[in-house]
Order: sequence, then structure tokens, then C-alpha cells
Amino acid sequence: MSVYQDVIIAGFGGQGVMIMGSLLAVAAMESDLQVTYIPVYGPEMRGGTANCTVVISDEEVGSPIIKRPLSLMAMNRPSLEKFQPRVKDKGLVVFNSSLVDARLADNGRVEVYKVPANDIAADLGNIRMANMVALGAYVRVTGIVELKAVQHSLEKVIPQRYHHLLPLNSRALEAGTEGVSRCQKTGV
Amino acid sequence: MSRIFVKGNEAIARGALDAGCRCYFGYPITPQNEIPEYMSRVLPGIGGQFVQAESEIAAVNMLLGAGACGVRAMTSSSSPGISLKQEAISYMAGSDLPGVIVNISRGGPGLGDIGPSQGDYFQAVKGGGHGDYRQLVLAPASVQEAYDLTMLAFELAFAYRNPVMVLGDAIIGQMMEPISQREPVHPDPDESGSWRLEGSGERKPRVIKSLRLAEGSLGDHNLHLQEKYEKARRECRHEEFLTQDAELVVVAFGSIGRIVKSTIRRLRQEGYRVGLLRPVSLYPFPSSALQELAGQGRRFLTIEHNLGQMVEDVRLALCGQARCGVYGHLPGNLPTPDDFEEPIVKAMKERK
Repeated sequence: MSVYQDVIIAGFGGQGVMIMGSLLAVAAMESDLQVTYIPVYGPEMRGGTANCTVVISDEEVGSPIIKRPLSLMAMNRPSLEKFQPRVKDKGLVVFNSSLVDARLADNGRVEVYKVPANDIAADLGNIRMANMVALGAYVRVTGIVELKAVQHSLEKVIPQRYHHLLPLNSRALEAGTEGVSRCQKTGV
Repeated sequence: MSRIFVKGNEAIARGALDAGCRCYFGYPITPQNEIPEYMSRVLPGIGGQFVQAESEIAAVNMLLGAGACGVRAMTSSSSPGISLKQEAISYMAGSDLPGVIVNISRGGPGLGDIGPSQGDYFQAVKGGGHGDYRQLVLAPASVQEAYDLTMLAFELAFAYRNPVMVLGDAIIGQMMEPISQREPVHPDPDESGSWRLEGSGERKPRVIKSLRLAEGSLGDHNLHLQEKYEKARRECRHEEFLTQDAELVVVAFGSIGRIVKSTIRRLRQEGYRVGLLRPVSLYPFPSSALQELAGQGRRFLTIEHNLGQMVEDVRLALCGQARCGVYGHLPGNLPTPDDFEEPIVKAMKERK
């Protein structure tokens, strides 16, 4: 198969990981791919880590639930600690280096990219954009969908009452593509 | 065609509306609340009725009432709530009344949990209510299928004047996928013209009831029901995946069917000749498709998210022609493709 990617997106409740997942999924749909998104809901949403899984393929998607993903977006430390060991060997991890110590990255076994999402979002004037920064970084390093497809999908995913923030979300996605860098080796 | 990205629960609500459903009755329970949420938003604006009833029992009896008036109507709930609805489903079956019941099932027994499970297979397929009746049962494995099968459920309910259940689980209800919607159906106003209650006017009054005390009438009615179920056999639906050269055929339905598909793709890369038969209609059960595969010398393994329910129907269908093992995934655990690798490989290595 030519196109396949799966990702677990995790963070604390409130960091907007569900929006990251549904935005990525809608962008995949708009790119004529098959896609499934499943949130983990229930008690975990109230404190601790919230997470969702997105599976993107150019053929019919089988399981929506993935035990060992090809990639991970970790927005905070508990998420990296919980899910990084599950990422497949030679898989890919993008983490929020504003909140997670880069020394925790399992570099070597997996390919690790860091993006200071909170800092970049704060520079843009709204720290809540950290999720968009991280998603921009992920899209850049995986190339699974075009950044433009993600930007165009914003209006479908973000509730109407926040539509005045669409341009800022779009800028944050772009800033993420610029602010991401590969971790060279463990501990760096 | 342009696609929209929706939750399984919303797809069910949209499927119902596109099938001409104009009444919804329900009582909230996780993990199906997006169904009433969507219905409450849309129905009042299109001349329909949305009622959040005082209980599941009230809701399903309203469904019975709407059915008696020939209205396309639906109720939905999750496992414990569906248990409460069983009495009215039996009454609907006994009264030849159409209606669609959606069960986005969760872990049980009792209150269980709010995670996915297929523990309600027996209740859905064998009849959770009293009496010698059946309901048709459709089990979607994707959000698109949740939409399509809900539309089909209304067609079948009115074609057979019988309750039809859409049986999903927390995975089908909560996941989001793109769907293509179809042209909405405009039901023929005469589809229920010969039997519905609408005020008799000049004609002879009609009575819809399930109490049959006159000598012979209950027996006759039971025979009539059996004839109806016999006719409904033509509604069998199933999907086969890589069965043509398979040594082992996994039988799995709904969400587990598609999760197993991922396992099978992986095992195929390692050279295991394994395929999948996914029953889409659970009643009527696709027995002849299984018999055909058994005739070709295949072996079978049933995988389900309970400790062994559908496997009884698989074994009945195979009728000793082939053996069928079972792997049960426990409720309270999210199933993944990895979980099914070992049981499938083990079943493949067990040669007679």
C-alpha cells in the first residue's frame, strides 16, 4: 500500500488534542484519503491524559484502534511517558518541548522531533494555539497531508463561535512547520 | 461525491432522517447520546417530533404507538436501557408493528461500563422479550455502514411490519469517519395505509393488539409470524474478505470484524492463508455462506467481544461439517489488531 499512517495524539484535557485529531482527519478526507478518528472518552477526559487515534490510508481502514502506532504526538510529559514505548521501532515521535524534557525522548529506537509549541504559540499571542503549532510540525515531518489541506479544513472543525480565530490558527500551523527540529541523539 | 466527517452516532441519526424517520423517542445513556442530541436539533425543524421520555420504557412504548400510526420512528439506547425496552419489542412483534431500535452497546452485565462490548448478541438475535418472535438485526462495522444500515432498517421494518435493531457498540458510536449521504427517501404515504390507525371515519374500525384469546387465533398468528421470518431470510447480508484461498476463516461482526481485518492483512504478509466472513445481518444469519465455505474444506474461528455468543450460530450453521473455535475478547478492554494475532495463528496451527 502506498499511503498509510497512524498516530496517537495525547496531552492533558484542555490542550486541544481532540481538535488536532479531527482536524488532521478532515484534512485527510479533503485529500481524498480514507480516515478514521476515535477519541478516548470517559473518566480519562477528566484530568490525566486525553488521547485520540487517527488512521489514514489510501485504502479501506481496518482497525480504528491501534496498540502500537507508527507515530505519536505528545503534548505533555505523561503522554510521552505513556505512549512512547508503544510506538513501533523506527516510528516517529513529535513532542512539545516547551513542556517535555528532551532527555526523555527515546531517540535512536524512534525518530524524534521536538517543537516548542507553547513558546511559539505564546509568541503568536495565544498560548492555546500550541496544539496547532504541534500539528503543523507533525504534518511537516510526516508529509501525510499538505499543510494547505489542514488550513482549509480549519473552518469545518473549529466551532463557528471561534471563527474569528481561524487566521491565527492558520498562522500557528505554519509556525509549527518552521519551528520543528530533529533531535540529533538521546539527551540532546 | 462530497463527504462529511461525522461520528457513528450522528451517522445513525442522519440515516434515520434520510430514511424518512419523523419521530424519535429516547432517554439519555452513554455511549449513544449523540443520537438524541442530533435528533433533538433537527426533528422539530422538519415537522417531526422529538421526545425525551421519562424512561426507556416510556420511549419504546411511544415507538410502538408511532408504529401503530404508520409513522417511521426510532428509539435508541445502550445495553441496560435496551433491556428495559424488551417488553415493548415483544408487543410490537406480536402486533406486527414496524419500528427501529438502535443499541450502541456497552460492557455488561448490569451497568457494566461505558466501553465497547458485544455482550448483547444473544439479547438482540435470540429475542430479549417473551414469546416466539424474532427481530431483524443489522450490525454496522463503519460509520458509512451505520448510516446505510439505519436507512435499510426502516425499509425492512415497514416491508416486514416488524421491529428491526441496529446493533453497534461504543466503537461504532464514537468513532468518526467520512460518509457520503444518499438522496433522502420520501416514504410512500400508502405504505401503511392498509393497517395503520388514523381514525376510522366511514370504514370499519381497526384494532392493533397482541392479545389473541379467540380459539386458534394465537396459533394462527404464530404461524403467520414464522412465515414472515421465513420470507425475511432473503435479507441475509455478509462480507467476505480474502476467503477464496483461506485455510482458516475468521467469523467476526461489527467493530471486531473490521479490527480483525487489520490482523488478517498483517498475517497475510507473513504467509498465513486466513480470511474473514463478517455477518452484516445477524438475524437472519448468513448460514448458507458459512455452509458453502465449510463445503470447500475451510476451518473456522469465531472472534467476538464477549466470551462466546455468535459462535453458537456459527456452529449451528456449520452443523458439524466443520469445527469452529472461539476467541472471546473481554469487555473493559479496547480490542486492537494485535490482540487477535496469537489466537488466529494458534487456530491455524491446530491441524486435525
